[in-house]
Amino acid sequence: MLNKNAHLVENLFDSNITKKPTRDGFGSGVVEAGRANSNVVVLCADLSESTRAQWFEKEFPERFVEVGIAEQNMAALAAGFFAAGKVPFIASYAAFNPGRNYEQIRTTIALNESNVKVCGMHAGVSVGPDGATHQMLEDLGLMRMLPHMTVINPADAIEAHKAVIAAAAMTGPVYLRFARSASPVFTTDETPFEIGKALTLWESEKPQVAILATGPMSYRAVTAASALESEGIGSIVLNIHTIKPLDNKAVIEAARRTGNVITVEEHQAAGGFGSAIAELLVREYPVPMRIMGIQDVFGQSGEPDELLEYYGLGAPHIKDVARAFLEKH
Amino acid sequence: MHNVATLRGIILSKNHIYMHPTDQDIIVLEKKAEEIRETIIEMLVAAGSGHTAGSLDMADIFTALYFHILKHDPNNPEWEERDRLILSNGHIVPVRYATMAHAGYFPVKECLTLRKFGSRLQGHPERLRLPGLENTSGPLGEGLSQAAGIAYANIMDGKKNRIFVCMGDGEQDEGNVWEAVMFAGKYALSSITAIIDRNNIQIDGMTEDIMPLESLRAKYEAFNWHVIEVNGHDIAEFIMATEEARAIYEKPVLILAHTIAGKGIPEIEFDYHWHGKPPTKDEARHFLKELRSANGRVPNEYA
Repeated sequence: MLNKNAHLVENLFDSNITKKPTRDGFGSGVVEAGRANSNVVVLCADLSESTRAQWFEKEFPERFVEVGIAEQNMAALAAGFFAAGKVPFIASYAAFNPGRNYEQIRTTIALNESNVKVCGMHAGVSVGPDGATHQMLEDLGLMRMLPHMTVINPADAIEAHKAVIAAAAMTGPVYLRFARSASPVFTTDETPFEIGKALTLWESEKPQVAILATGPMSYRAVTAASALESEGIGSIVLNIHTIKPLDNKAVIEAARRTGNVITVEEHQAAGGFGSAIAELLVREYPVPMRIMGIQDVFGQSGEPDELLEYYGLGAPHIKDVARAFLEKH
Repeated sequence: MHNVATLRGIILSKNHIYMHPTDQDIIVLEKKAEEIRETIIEMLVAAGSGHTAGSLDMADIFTALYFHILKHDPNNPEWEERDRLILSNGHIVPVRYATMAHAGYFPVKECLTLRKFGSRLQGHPERLRLPGLENTSGPLGEGLSQAAGIAYANIMDGKKNRIFVCMGDGEQDEGNVWEAVMFAGKYALSSITAIIDRNNIQIDGMTEDIMPLESLRAKYEAFNWHVIEVNGHDIAEFIMATEEARAIYEKPVLILAHTIAGKGIPEIEFDYHWHGKPPTKDEARHFLKELRSANGRVPNEYA
């Protein structure tokens, strides 16, 4: 059953549900953050249109800094802006930010506890035709391993908007992940959002499996839950936008109530969101688990949905994995 | 009156009215540099590891910075009006620690905790562990970027603070450096005075054998920088160069400081093997004797 307190859209499962890329939520969110705090600055590495940093540039041209195609410089520059009292957001594709500039982020932002917000765009295979070089699948792992770093992967454009504002309001380094392709906007302005707090999307009366999802995969997870329900399988679905710090209580509770956990992410299955959940549960409440993600391969060119289908990340896949998983136990 | 750094004959006021150093001032500064070199040797021996050559060869410049050039306050490291000193080549931090201690940031005897468990004096500097450090560094090539971020933000806020950044010459191999050089050139970040310790050595050998850097002057000038070359062991010349840099308002400035690796101890001067190792106790006893026998004046045959 849908969690009413999540205040999701009315037409949740309609094919005409509005779709937008989560990067739009970055664009609108950072403008609002800029209005709230005149110290917010945005640095961009020659990708202002596609990252939506341009939306900020239009409103606050004097607080937008073009750094050219130089992501390493961008990260270390941001540490300097922080040292002078600014709240810098640095935007580029996740393959380069944090892919290219990992060490600058590690030393000058994470170790240095700089109040810098690292924004990785075009993450995951859903980048589509650009192919494997641009389909970042290791960013969540890289960023969640860093002490001091908060890691957020918003589920849709509205949640992305809220996440950016919340990241600007908190002190400390944050990594935010965004996607290029449009995905269903299934949360609303009323949907609760708090960094570090999981959002229950679905909760059956007798849940047998917990599906924990992050990013736009959360919509696919709730779609799978609805299909499972009609086949007589109850579930709990959590949208876990904050991978670090994890909502330990919500995750352990879901594992305790179901005894079976599936995680879903558009990221390498190794080292990312599923690993974070496994690390928690193996310590606190070990249960059988399946980690759905990219299985140790690079992506390739194709259309976003075609690729997600190919790599086994469609809603029907989640349903099938859940069924097969439960049959085994 | 906000006394920021005191040494006989030199009191930097809050307004930081520039005083050309007198001959007497220079003698006092040279004596101070010698004491700092001694502290560096003592702390490296106590640590049992660390970078000798660069730490010694930058002693004159760090002395000039902390005891004459910088607007700073050891009792108030977060002072809003302070000049910033970014250390990009973090491995030479013993010279910064030693100079900060002599300038009054912390007791000189704490220098002997360098690299020890629980020490604020980490092997490579961490801003959050020791007040007065402006940045965390060690991985090379990132200091100029941070200086540029501060300089750009200060322009946005109408602040006039000067930003100094020390880099190594081997460090110029790093691509990140040139991204920052290009950025600072584009935005004409004239509040930046960068200093390259041109000692010609890096870990594996001489810089021009490992990866030729010359002409550094032509390279920086091509990126819209103003370049001044100095003898990095001539304190008066270095101070004059920073004054010239202050007067250059349309470009960032590079002071290319020609130094002798391991300066002050003839046995190790020019020898790249001393980039990353400390002296043994016996060597240190000998080195300290050499430093002290210079009769209050660091050998200056380079000049």
